[in-house]
Parts: sequence; C-alpha cells; structure tokens
Amino acid sequence: MPGTKEIRSKIASVRSTQKITKAMQMVATSKMRRAQERMRLARPYAQKMLNVIGHLTEANPDYRHPFLTTREARAVGIIVVSTDRGLAGALNANVFRQTLHLMREWEGKGASVSLCLIGTKGLNFFRRLGTPILASLTGLGDKPRVKDLIGTVKVMLDAYREHKIDRLFLLNAQFVNTMTQRPAVQQLLPIEAIDTEALPEHWDYIYEPDAADILDGLLMRYIESQVYRAAVENVASEMAARMVAMKAASDNAGKLITELQLVYNKARQAAITKELSEIVGGAAAV
Amino acid sequence: MADAAIIHVDIVSAEGELYSGPARAVFAAAKLGDLGIYPRHAPLLTELKPGEVRVQPPEGDEQHFFVGGGVLEVQPTKVTILADTALRAKDIDEAAALAAKQRAEEALREKVGHITQAEALAELARAAAQLKLIERLRKLRG
Repeated sequence: MPGTKEIRSKIASVRSTQKITKAMQMVATSKMRRAQERMRLARPYAQKMLNVIGHLTEANPDYRHPFLTTREARAVGIIVVSTDRGLAGALNANVFRQTLHLMREWEGKGASVSLCLIGTKGLNFFRRLGTPILASLTGLGDKPRVKDLIGTVKVMLDAYREHKIDRLFLLNAQFVNTMTQRPAVQQLLPIEAIDTEALPEHWDYIYEPDAADILDGLLMRYIESQVYRAAVENVASEMAARMVAMKAASDNAGKLITELQLVYNKARQAAITKELSEIVGGAAAV
Repeated sequence: MADAAIIHVDIVSAEGELYSGPARAVFAAAKLGDLGIYPRHAPLLTELKPGEVRVQPPEGDEQHFFVGGGVLEVQPTKVTILADTALRAKDIDEAAALAAKQRAEEALREKVGHITQAEALAELARAAAQLKLIERLRKLRG
C-alpha cells in the first residue's frame, strides 16, 4: 500500500501538534485570568495615589514639581512594553507599528526620540533601527514585579530630570477583551491634568519631613505603578492573543486531520481495490 | 463600639491590597520616628521606613504587615498606607538603573546578523504554512 503509511504518520504528527497547541491554549487561558486579576489588584493603589497627589498639588500651588510642568518638547522618550515570547498573533507587530508611528510623528516635529524597551521582542525589533535605547528589561515573565521595573523606569525619570527628554510616553497592548487587544499610548511625563476631587473644606496635612520630598516620592511611585500596570496589562493581552492564536491553530489542525483522514481512506480503498482486481485477474487467467 | 473610636485602614501596594477594614489603632514606622495613630488624628502625610505596620482591629488579634517603605496618609477617620513592595534605597535604585542601561548597551552591541531563537521559530512557522499550502494545492489538483 504505497502512500498510506506516509499519510498515517503525517496524521500522527499533526495530531501531536494539535495536542501541544491545545495545551498552550489552556495554559494561556488560565494565565490570562490571573493577569486580569493582578490588573484589578493594581487599580486601588494608583487611584489612592492620585487622590493624594491631587490634594498635594492643590494644597501647594506655589511649588511646581518638574514632573507636573510642561516644557517645550525637543526630545521624546518612549517606553515600549512587548512580550518576551512569540506565538501571540499580531500583538507585538501592532504595538511596534504604533511606536514607529509615534516616533515618526515626533521626528516630524523636529524632536529626537529615544527608547526604553521592556520585553525581548521589542529589543530584537528596535535594535535594528539605530534609535538610541536608553534602557531595556527582558525576561519579566508572567508575573511582573514592581521591583524589577524600578531601575528601568529610573533611567527614564533621570533622563527627564536632566532635560535629556522632555516628554515620556508609555506604549503597551491594551487589554480590551479576550478577542481585542490594541496598542495604547499614554503620556507619563509631564503628568497631565490630575483630577482633584472637589475638596469640601480647605484643610492641609501636617507634612513629615516636608511636602516637596513626599510629592517627589509619590510622583516617582506613581509613574512606576503606571509602568507596572502596563506590564501586567501586556501580559493579559499576550495571553489572550496567544489563547486565540492557539485556538485557531488547534482548529486548523483538526481540519487538516479530517482532510488527511479522507485522503488516507481513499488511498487505502484504492489499494484494496487494486489488490482485489489483481486477484480476480489472476484467478481468471488460471 | 462607637463609630468615633474606629478608623478605616487601607494598606495598598501596586501589586495588591494588603488590608482594608476598620481598626482601633494603627502603628507604623515613619521616617522621623514611630507613629501610633488613633481615631481623630490630625491630617498627616509622611514617608514610611521599611518595617512593620501593626493594625488593631476592633475585634480579634492585632495584625502585622511588613512594608518596604511607602507613604502614610492620615485623615481623621481614614488611614491609607501606600506601601512599597520592594525595598527602596537610593543606591539600590541606582544599581538597578545602571543594570537597565547596561542591558540596553549590550543588546545594541550584540551582532544583529545572528539568528535568535525567535527568528528560528518564525522560520519554522513559515515552513509549516508553506507545507500546508502545498497540501491544499495537491488536494485541489488530485
């Protein structure tokens, strides 16, 4: 039976591929849920922090922190969050396209652009372009920790303090829902329009040691928490994209198996018919 | 217990909420010395040192939390602790920043021509797609 053996082994290999993609799909599903949970957990911190920052800026109108003042944009920094691993559909490609778009936009305005890259994919993509890369971070894993982000963020904050960059943007894949993830740009520095809750009566805190120090620490932590949120959201997006990609791959493998099975059955039947006709022909000849 | 003797305590960090609930008193290690906060404390904003935060709930045992520093906000009926999950110190942060810079420099120095695992994977995916196309064409013809 020529052909049938090959088809059979091909079916077996497709089937084992399908097993892998199915497993990856399930792993991505559970990791996505956990990442979503972490996104939810990070929200109260940022919210409470904004409240305090809002109150501080309200109470100290004469003190202008550099993070809160807008200056002419001669140089722009962009923090790009991407994934470490592939097999996540067009997720990273979309983020990179948006980044290139943003870069071109600012270069069109005569500003220089430098990058900070989080994730292996981003590093591999952007280091070919020759754009200056100020800092990078790879191997963050599925559970990003604030601890790992501090250094990377600090490089960009220092660059802003030293007037090496005048704007800081954050770009990551926003998790809209399981089916949709789209690149989102957020301006980190200077911090724009903080919603100050309407204060019912004017009162102020006692500051220990002083307001400027506390505000500085708070603003730095606020930026860090935003980058942390972006990293966690990116993981959720990555897992959702991978889940969808792996579902499609499993379905395709299923279809392929059905097709191959048909071809196999036909080949088998052809072989049997041929053998039969040979026997009949042989019998007739006797 | 009367409401006036209770403060609401939130201890939040970027990675999650540590505690949220009523308390009779909160103790924390501030930059300028240890603090004990009871209800109707004057509004206060201070930085925390890495250390223990103790919360006395209205009922039950005292609860202990470790914070790696952070900011403590006190309002008459509310205490909010914005806790750091990581130990912060100027030189630790500095070292981390330096490492991030070095990683970027190293990545730029690395030869671009050389095939990374990601590229190999992409190559494999392309080959698989081609195989599938051949399969389809063969089916259409025969």
